[in-house]
Parts: sequence; structure tokens; C-alpha cells
Amino acid sequence: MTDAGYDEWLSAVGDGEGFYLACPDGHGSLPPRRTCPHCGAMELEEQPLPDSGTVETFTEVHVAGPDFASQAPYVTAIASFGRVRLTGVLRGATDDERPNPSVGDSVDVGTAENPDTGDTMLVFRPR
Amino acid sequence: MNDVRVAGVGLTHFGRHPERTGRDLFAEAALAAREEAGVARDAYEGIHYGNFMGALAERQGHQGPLMAEAAGLDCPATRHESACASAGVAVREAVHAIRAGEQDVLLAGGMERMTNLPTTEVTESLAIAADELFEVRAGMTFPGAYALMARAYFEEYGGSREDLAHIAVKNHANAVPNEYAQYRREVTVEDALNSQPIATPLHLFDACPITDGASAVVLVSGDYADEHGLDAPVSITGTGQGGDNLALQDRESLSQTPAAEKAATAAYDDAGIGPDDVDVAEVHDCFTIAEVLALEGLGLFEPGAAISAAREGVTTRDGRLPVNLSGGLKAKGHPVGATGGAQIVEMTKLLRGDHANSDALSNPKVGVTHNAGGTVASAVVHVLEVDR
Repeated sequence: MTDAGYDEWLSAVGDGEGFYLACPDGHGSLPPRRTCPHCGAMELEEQPLPDSGTVETFTEVHVAGPDFASQAPYVTAIASFGRVRLTGVLRGATDDERPNPSVGDSVDVGTAENPDTGDTMLVFRPR
Repeated sequence: MNDVRVAGVGLTHFGRHPERTGRDLFAEAALAAREEAGVARDAYEGIHYGNFMGALAERQGHQGPLMAEAAGLDCPATRHESACASAGVAVREAVHAIRAGEQDVLLAGGMERMTNLPTTEVTESLAIAADELFEVRAGMTFPGAYALMARAYFEEYGGSREDLAHIAVKNHANAVPNEYAQYRREVTVEDALNSQPIATPLHLFDACPITDGASAVVLVSGDYADEHGLDAPVSITGTGQGGDNLALQDRESLSQTPAAEKAATAAYDDAGIGPDDVDVAEVHDCFTIAEVLALEGLGLFEPGAAISAAREGVTTRDGRLPVNLSGGLKAKGHPVGATGGAQIVEMTKLLRGDHANSDALSNPKVGVTHNAGGTVASAVVHVLEVDR
């Protein structure tokens, strides 16, 4: 399935060229958007995503849906990157290392292939 | 403005009924409500019906007319979908229509069939209430979403798994006398703490079960009730709905639910009451942490204060403000699209005094119901009052 706008954004994040959409009032959001989800402004401008994010909350998921069946337990986290938050799968520092997150940890964002679906997904790694 | 009376209520047993069709479940609840109301068949002017995942569970869309047939009625019928708040929204639409004077007799409620699917498919189905692109593809399950909120709450206000366990213990105890409840057995704090992790910090006993069931209420205008001599002492005097960004990541706070605050403020203003007037509450405890968020969203507790309410006995059946005397979603069960209607059923009985747990209340006058969709991107609050 093609999701125009989202797919391009995910590719950009994977290439280290992640961005967010800024409205004139300084709110951040992610594409595809025609309006700011916080104030309704229609003038949205691409801005570079900060290199580093901060984990705000996370969960280790033990009961997965079919799209993550082979990966449980895995960690899903929400991390703040300046004016936007991102939700991603939090991995260990290396693929062999189990994640051991804490709130407040610094993370990088990139992408990886979901082994259950072959789709690209957002991935955090500790800095 | 016409007042809205609850003329009849009906429920199926909430539990595992994988062999039963959705139409049969709703028919049972609807016929029970119709029998209690005693309203003539040709008086019904419409049906507002809640359902979330029927297109996935039964490959059945266009359920409105199907459920009208099942209920034995010949009137327009609309399915409302707002995730777990579907039936709350359905009831609210019926309240609006009666208040506007457009209609005098409506059936509202909802149904969900879930246990005919394997657990992994239910997990996948429930996740469609979240943002597909930004949440589900990052592995966010429905329990996972509430787990993210629970950890954020603990970080901001404190609290522990043990505090949450007391909510599970309370709601299981409340479900024991309720013949409609899925889990009519008590659990201990130790049982809850030792149960298996689902999405940390939430464990199995923090989660509501997967449930089949249906709910129905017959709502009539005060004029109709008076003209026809109906015994309908409970009125819906306040209704409110609130919304929020769909994805958690776009919310201002991960540890509060402003959609519920908006819904509650609107419902209280509508009824001309405040949170201090509430005698009893049925809230959307799909997970133990959700009860905490609900009570704070309803203004019944200050932010950070509801986490200890069950442990301190404030919300237990003999406490100052009994919460989820039905057993709540946690122990009564959560057939998603039926839950908002079931809360109206349970609250009506609690206020009338014919609920299995009515002895926990002394002359209650005002009850509030709180029905939430997804991670509370939708919230519906109703105020019910009894005239006696």
C-alpha cells in the first residue's frame, strides 16, 4: 500500500533527513497534513528534525498483534524531538542487545524493516 | 426542551459467547429493554446503535437495519462508530433528537462480538482505533497505548502497580453479585501483581477481558412518558462529548485526558450540577489506569489524586464515592460497541434501586457515566438523575 506523504517522510527519516511541519505559531506536526493539528493553521513549513530525542514514556509489549508476532516482547516508546513527538520501536544499542530504556534517555531515530510484514517502521536507538 | 426519560433497559450476559451472532446478542438486549418499557411497537421512531469492529469480526457492515430487524422494529436505524465510545455516542444522538422535539421514542445501545476471533486478531482489530500510520506501525497495541499513559502518569504524579491492583480488586468484588458480569470472582492484590505482563507496566489483571455482549435502552420524552403512564423515574439530564488528537504523540499531556474534561464540563453544565453533586459513577476502566484518568477527567479528583482512591477505600462500595459498582469494564466485561449503553443500563438500575449492588447506595440522586474511545480521543459523559 502506498501512503503518499507518509512514505516520503519515513524515507527521509531513514536517510537521516527527517523533518517536521511547523505552523506560524510554532506547533509541530508530521505529514501528511494540510492543517496544523493544534491550531488549524494552513501554512505549514518543513523544518529539520532534531538529531536527538528524549524518551517520554515506553512499554514492553508482551502480547502482540500479527504484525509484530515474532518480535514480542518488544519496546514501543514515545520520544520528544523538539516540537514533535515520535512513536517508534525502541531497540538496543546493537541488534543483539535487548533494550533497557528509562524515561529521559536520549535516542536517535531511523527506520528498519518490520520482519513480520516487510514494511518500513520507525526505530529508536540509544545514543 | 423536552426531558429524556429512561423507560426500559436491557443487557445480555457479558462474557464468552463465540457461537452467538451479533444480531442475536442485540436482539436479546433490545427485547429485554422493550419489554421493560412497555412501549407499543409502532411508537418507535428510530434506533441509534453502537458497534466498533463488526466489519472485522463478522464481515458485517450496514448493521443499523440489521439490528432494527433483530429488535423487531420497523424504523430508521443508524450505526455509530467511535471506537469504545460508540454506544455512548449512540445514546447521546438519541438524547439530542428527543430534546429537539423531533422524536419521542427511540431505542439506543450497541453490540460487539469479539471472542469468535483469536486473541491476536482481536488485538489487531482493537488497534485500528489508534493512528495506523504513526502508532500501529510502531507496534502500539491497545494495552500498549494505555501502558504508555500509565508510565507517563507514574512519572508525573507517582503511583505504583499496587495502586492499580487495588482498582482491579475493587471492580472484581463489585462484579460478584452482578449476574451480567463476565468475571464474578474476587481477586487479590497479589493475584494482580503476579499476573503476566501484557504491556508493561500493565499486567493481565490490569486489563478488561475480551467480551461478547449487547446493551439497549428505550429513551422517551417526558411528555410521552407522562401521557402513557410509563414508570420511568430516571432521566438523562446532562450530555457532553469531547475530542482530542487521535495519536497520543500529538497530545499536550500523556497523563491526562482533556477530552473527558470537556465532555464532563459540558454534561455538568447541561444538567446544572457540579462534580460535588455526583453520588455514584460508572467509568470507562478498560485498564486500571483508565479508571484513574477518568476520575480525574470527570473532576471528581484532582490530577494525581485518583491513583490512590481505590487503595484508600474512597471509591469502593462502602466509600464516599462508589465507582463501577457494576464491576466496570474490568470485571463486568467490555464488548466494545455495547459498553456506553451498558453504563446507562447499570446506572439506571443503581438510581432506581433495583441493581444487584443497590444496597451500597443510600438514596442516590445523581449518577455519571463516562465512556471513552481509543486513548480518549473521544469521550462521552452523561448525567442521570432519579425523581422519587
